[in-house]
Amino acid sequence: MALFPDPFGTLLGLQNALDAFRRSDWLQSSPSASGSYPPLNVFRKGDDFALVAELPGVSSSDLDIQVKGRTVRLSGTKSAKYPEKASIHRRERLQGRFDRSITLPIEVDQDRATAEFHDGVLAITLPRAERDKPRSIQIG
Amino acid sequence: MSDSQELAVREKQELAQQDEKTVPGRYYMPAADIFETDDALTLLLEMPGVSKNNVDVQIENDVLRVEGKIDYSAYKDIEPVYTEYNVGHYARAFTLSNKIDRDAITARVEDGVLTLTLPKAKEALSRRIAIN
Repeated sequence: MALFPDPFGTLLGLQNALDAFRRSDWLQSSPSASGSYPPLNVFRKGDDFALVAELPGVSSSDLDIQVKGRTVRLSGTKSAKYPEKASIHRRERLQGRFDRSITLPIEVDQDRATAEFHDGVLAITLPRAERDKPRSIQIG
Repeated sequence: MSDSQELAVREKQELAQQDEKTVPGRYYMPAADIFETDDALTLLLEMPGVSKNNVDVQIENDVLRVEGKIDYSAYKDIEPVYTEYNVGHYARAFTLSNKIDRDAITARVEDGVLTLTLPKAKEALSRRIAIN
């Protein structure tokens, strides 16, 4: 590996790119877009979209994902348990219920949507519905 | 029960660095739970995106240093359109007050949570003294 890789291949390059879209107005048009747990990042890859959320300590059985039309709903429980007789020094990890819906500006092909959950990071792939895809118009 | 509580969003805290790295990039502070039982100190650190091969734990002069590296190669071919949080490696250090049996430390990563069990050294275990 090169000592100085290309600027976009570095972590800082990625962090700056993510910062540039911080609270962009992409989702703001819908009332359910923000203000609840978990924080989400939305990415585009060609025609398809991907939704990524950090949910450390949530097991995949405690997670419920629903997709319908343009809406994605993410709900579940995040718990943090302690043994009964322990004395607690620090308690920073959040725990509780969450339920968040977001409305995307595209229609999702719900049959082809997939989700992966690795190391506390949830990634939902949302392919754009065929009928929602833009068409090129030939000039006659 | 606290389980029925609605979760609020808490911003990820960027680590205030004491020593700079040669490669630029922001580090984040993992949220931690620490509890102590009779025979061990247990630390739980939330490091989403860190797999078990990318965790580094060191103890030096009673300072426990934990570092977790994320794999950001998955972000290479995709383009952000809307973001609410940033990603980065994780690092945090704690000064330990109890004597720890270093050879018996165990670490486990599950669903992005690192669990460190630090058994207390024999001489640090409390002893009940019987009154004659």
